[in-house]
Amino acid sequence: MIISEAKPLAELQEVLAPFGRLFLVGCAACATACKAGGEEEVFRFQEWMAGQGKETTGSVIIDEACHIQRAARDLRHHAQAVAAADALVVLACGSGVQSISSNTDKRVIGALNSLFLGNVRRFGQYEEMCSLCGDCILNETAGICPVTNCAKGLLNGPCGGMKAGRCEIDGELDCAWRLIFERLQRQQRPGVFARRVPPKAWSRRRKPGRHKIR
Amino acid sequence: MSQLSQNLAAGEFVVTAEVAPPKGIDLAPVLATAEKLQGVTAVNVTDNQGANMRLCALVLAGELRRRGIEPVLQLTCRDRNRVALQSDLLGAAALGIENVLLLSGDHSKFGDHPDARPVFDLDAVQLLDVVAGLNRGVDMAGKPLAGTPRFFPGAAVNPAAEPFELVLQKVRKKVDGGARFFQTQAVFTRVELERLAAAVAPLNVPVLAGVLLVRSAKMARFLNSSIPGMCVPDEVVARLEQAADPLLEGVAIARETVGWARTFCQGVHLMTLGHDETIPEILR
Ligand code: SF4
Ligand code: SF4
Repeated sequence: MIISEAKPLAELQEVLAPFGRLFLVGCAACATACKAGGEEEVFRFQEWMAGQGKETTGSVIIDEACHIQRAARDLRHHAQAVAAADALVVLACGSGVQSISSNTDKRVIGALNSLFLGNVRRFGQYEEMCSLCGDCILNETAGICPVTNCAKGLLNGPCGGMKAGRCEIDGELDCAWRLIFERLQRQQRPGVFARRVPPKAWSRRRKPGRHKIR
Repeated sequence: MSQLSQNLAAGEFVVTAEVAPPKGIDLAPVLATAEKLQGVTAVNVTDNQGANMRLCALVLAGELRRRGIEPVLQLTCRDRNRVALQSDLLGAAALGIENVLLLSGDHSKFGDHPDARPVFDLDAVQLLDVVAGLNRGVDMAGKPLAGTPRFFPGAAVNPAAEPFELVLQKVRKKVDGGARFFQTQAVFTRVELERLAAAVAPLNVPVLAGVLLVRSAKMARFLNSSIPGMCVPDEVVARLEQAADPLLEGVAIARETVGWARTFCQGVHLMTLGHDETIPEILR
């Protein structure tokens, strides 16, 4: 899921300063799961705003804020409260914020920072394992992504900074290439070490992404 | 053909040294340093070493070359994408630079611009392939070049890194990709050098042992804690600590390493970091 976290309150205070009446939007999917934009967080945000002397005209938790049509429908259901607000505050990932902003010309304030596509280790502990590169190499790397887990995204083995199997940027982190190497050894196959992996086709990652499944 | 490639081909014991471009635009001091270097075949020019922003290595390498000093241009994948890397390589070839040392590069977080976006569009193995292509007269897109470079590409290897079998996997890829020589990161123990030399011998690629002048125990500790892949063993730190004159001891340690290199390797790469006057002593 998409991992997000609240922006610093000082930053929000500043960006909300011109507005007195606000409509709040949360997301029932990822932002709820990582406790950044669910029912509870939207409620607490409302309390905090009240403390700042601001009025909440209404709020909604969209099923999946990244769903553009669903966001449009939910905003329509709250048309009056939305109309009464000076701006909308969205507690969802950057995708969610843009579902909202593509449905209204009112000012839309994102209240979260979106971090990464995360796996859940346990509640509150998320790990980035895939960076959606569009050209997946996992089948050769024993199911461990070097694009994401190697700090340099190297495709052909470890850098010279690996020390005792740990990563140069953080001695607490295992070098992704050591993990790949060890699992390939357990699987008794050369995998990615059998060939020189050519440079990645970053054109697959060209922005903005559009994808149609027929 | 570069002197470095000729000397290595002739089986001579080769010595290379290293200079860093300035933080700024005055090349005079570093050129004076380079001109004073004696008994070295070629001089490495570091590329924003440790991810610290400095003057472009290509420019300094070109200036060395103009003065008849043979450069080894270090080129890292950290700060340039494939277009910029190829473009710099063509520039180097046009300036008559043939020796290139192709590196991944230390992560941006270690340098003085830690918020920079690290590039790593290519890795060192892929960059070796690119250089092999340029030497055949084609770029990565398969487009023909007007004039064909004659690069003598080298690669790095860290002899102290574990697991060593994993390090070797990459060494093999680098040889397959066209690495013509290896330059090791700083080495401090005989066993590490011996192990590396034995593993690389069947590949028929000469190895230059990296010899770093460690001037004090304090510097050794700093290297261990702050420089990627660097591993100064406790015994070496202790020797520096107990020495009456740590610089002299550092020179003695470096000289021992050179001795092992004479046994196991085809040369040494000296990193004296501003104490180039010690080079004759280290090589004695
Ligand atoms: S290679 Fe890594 S980043 Fe790319 S799709 Fe596969 S898991 Fe995701
Ligand atoms: S130490 Fe390993 S994981 Fe870290 S940057 Fe180097 S190769 Fe990647």
